[in-house]
Amino acid sequence: MTGPMISRREFLQASATAAGGLMIGFPLLEARANGATQLDFCIRIEPDDRIVIACPNPDMGQGVRTSLPMLVAEELEVDWDRVSVEQMPLAIKKNPDGDGYTWKHVPQGAGGSTSITGHWDRLRQTGAAARQMLIEAAAGSWNVAPESCVAGAGAVHHTESGRSVRYGQIAARAAKLSPPQDPVLKSREDYRIIGTPRRTIDAAEIVTGTAVYGIDAEIPGMAHAVIARCPWFDGKVVKVDERAARAVPGVIDIVRLDGPEPGQPYTILAAGVAVVADSTWAAIKGREALEIEWDKGPWQHETTATLEKQMRDALDGSGQIVRDDGDFPAAMGAAAMRHTARYHSPYLSHAPLEPGNCIAHVAGDRCRVIGPMQMPSGASRGINAALGIDRLNIEVEITRLGGGFGRRLTTDYAVEAALISKAAGRAIQLQWTREDDMQHDFFRPTGLHELSAGFDAGGNLIAWTHRLASASKYYRRPNLPETDYWKSELYADDFPAQLTPNLRLEYFSLKSGAPRGSWRAPAHTANAFAVQSFIDEIAHARGEDPLAFQLRLLGDSREIDYSNHGGPKWNPGRLAGVLNLAATKGNWGKPVGAGRGRGIAGHFTFGGYAAFVVEVEAVSTQDFSVTSIVGAIDCGLAVNPNHVIAQMEGGALDGLSTALRLAINVDGGRVAQGNFDSYRLARIGDTPRHMEMHIVDSPYPPCGVGEPPIPPLAPALTNALFAATGTRIRRLPILS
Amino acid sequence: MIRFKINGSAVEHDGDGDEPLLWVIRQRVGLKGTKYGCGAGLCGACTVHVDGRAKRSCMLPVSQLDGRAVTTIEGLSANGDHPVQRAWLEIDVPQCGYCQAGQIMTAADLLERIPNPSDDDIDRLQTNICRCGTYWRIRKAIHRAADLIGQEDDR
Repeated sequence: MTGPMISRREFLQASATAAGGLMIGFPLLEARANGATQLDFCIRIEPDDRIVIACPNPDMGQGVRTSLPMLVAEELEVDWDRVSVEQMPLAIKKNPDGDGYTWKHVPQGAGGSTSITGHWDRLRQTGAAARQMLIEAAAGSWNVAPESCVAGAGAVHHTESGRSVRYGQIAARAAKLSPPQDPVLKSREDYRIIGTPRRTIDAAEIVTGTAVYGIDAEIPGMAHAVIARCPWFDGKVVKVDERAARAVPGVIDIVRLDGPEPGQPYTILAAGVAVVADSTWAAIKGREALEIEWDKGPWQHETTATLEKQMRDALDGSGQIVRDDGDFPAAMGAAAMRHTARYHSPYLSHAPLEPGNCIAHVAGDRCRVIGPMQMPSGASRGINAALGIDRLNIEVEITRLGGGFGRRLTTDYAVEAALISKAAGRAIQLQWTREDDMQHDFFRPTGLHELSAGFDAGGNLIAWTHRLASASKYYRRPNLPETDYWKSELYADDFPAQLTPNLRLEYFSLKSGAPRGSWRAPAHTANAFAVQSFIDEIAHARGEDPLAFQLRLLGDSREIDYSNHGGPKWNPGRLAGVLNLAATKGNWGKPVGAGRGRGIAGHFTFGGYAAFVVEVEAVSTQDFSVTSIVGAIDCGLAVNPNHVIAQMEGGALDGLSTALRLAINVDGGRVAQGNFDSYRLARIGDTPRHMEMHIVDSPYPPCGVGEPPIPPLAPALTNALFAATGTRIRRLPILS
Repeated sequence: MIRFKINGSAVEHDGDGDEPLLWVIRQRVGLKGTKYGCGAGLCGACTVHVDGRAKRSCMLPVSQLDGRAVTTIEGLSANGDHPVQRAWLEIDVPQCGYCQAGQIMTAADLLERIPNPSDDDIDRLQTNICRCGTYWRIRKAIHRAADLIGQEDDR
């Protein structure tokens, strides 16, 4: 579901709250006509001056429950410390202009770093409309012109007479007015909330253990379920002996789940057997007692070694040319100097710390689900597809999310819960164990990248090619031909496209049974590692400073086409800007000392520009410590600088964790890893003793910052290791 | 019958003695601040205090709790104002926040044992996983909490 533009006619509406305050937001009348109990508001101002702002999007750590209400509060002119936030459940409606469904209010997913960019105008307009109504109501009560009044700190003031009225006192009167459909927005220099550092609005609940995640939600009478899923990719259940499981105290029911057909679109990932019990522990014990005979499916001979051979063999042949600028073969043939290297990136698991879970209650033709929803509309769509329940009869409630990283873009866990609830005839909470999560993930695709560059006698880059063999995450999309699989793995306009005259991109689509999906900053993670490593490599080969070389390629500030995440334009000058800022703050070019090295890398994605200078102290590439990470980001206007810095810090450490030790291996058609002993995420001891992050003071509009910080960290680290040891890392993870 | 205390209140458990303390706390007692992350004692999201020492409750069979006293994040302080919690708020540590109760319980025990920890001490003892990578702020917050505790002791 994409976010449609809501027509002006249905944009804003107002009404009174039960307590006689002002409620303003999106079409309220329609919600009442449906008898919906949903929270159909954006702002609620109560007579006691409580200001409640709805957050439409899920918060999985990126901080939108703080930053989105900041947009509203800024225009509303209220004190931030008086604002509280409530989560808006999924709200969809039948598409008035045709088939299918659309958002009732605003888009409500979290993915692609789009929450801020997607709501930037709408939420500010809503706040501004409410402010104008409150001013108009106050002016009306005083018999003065609205233009002679101003709003500030949750009150309307009439300067001439010195009169003031609190929003709460005038809210009931304001509720009788029609919202202005074209409210006047504040100018950037007048901001008092946007652009100022604000703490996580839910922090007090988090540090006292009272914030409610999916796993913490409850509804009366719910039972608990776990699923024994087929460990083999696309395997099936042949036979189940349930007797011992049913004898486990607390076990209530056993439910079979059919998986999707191999290679076909899915609503759930795997075939399995669910155990329903009166507690999660009883369900786990029941699962242990199941005796299941599995059909190991079509991929049982796949291993990481066979996948890697497939990739090497592919690159030794020729693939699908997906971009071909100038005359690459002629330019490469004429080059005075050539350089080629291959880089390997493994499958990765998302491993959000809160494993999958979901409450579902299917009753007749209705369904209610509550859980850590990154894509609440996806849950609704999946349940509709799997159970046939009308989407308007599916209620989806969004809790706080214990991380996402892309795992919860796929809503298999919600569909599983609904299927179990229907079969068991009762409300259940499905819980995934950590092993379930790691073995039944939609992995970041593995790939083998080959890059080649050619230079003329004057040292100019005249030929560039990036050849990628990978298992595309698009492999199971409905009605998508394999010739389009490259689009999720190679981004045709990525650096250095359009900055060098003869450029060719070539893709080789691999077969693999491992499920694939989007992992934070999807293919940018692998591609930035390959490209930014190769830039460093060819600069060193030419005896040129890697930063100077890259800056020369990027050139001045100007917008060029970009067809993917964060497009339709990007500005190489802004990437140069963050590289320069990171370099200055990170002592680039200054002496570093024996056994030490610095590396630099930058990347553009999702509208943001990020760069890091990483410093290491290394005996070898297997024995080193990261001593410093200095980063710079240009995300346009930083709505909440505190959280922009937090995303840079966390993104850097996620990138570090991933580059150091993380890989998912395939062994006999199933995942070899199962828990954090074999998928070894970074701990505090891996954290450098020096970190500092800088935000470019940028005149551009804001962009999301959940993803831009990830891609440049790995190549900055491996470039630093090269500087320290002379050994080039071309295979991730670094530590074997 | 296994009898122990959680946050000062008496708890009786006559079910499966193998049931990990984590699930007893969450689903039988109903305190949801202690989180499930791995079930294998690897991530620390389930950290509680048992007789004042940090323990990973996901691997601790409830049968071993007889006569002991458990403190969860809900019982760490009366008003959410333990110095570690105050430092966490001041530094604004959490991102997704899921691991933070366990991080805080681990840090509170760490500071009991080592009032002024070095970075090396923290590396050695604060081994909980944070998937969001808030480690930089966790380290700062532990040092800040040590200062806050020191100030309280000076009074």
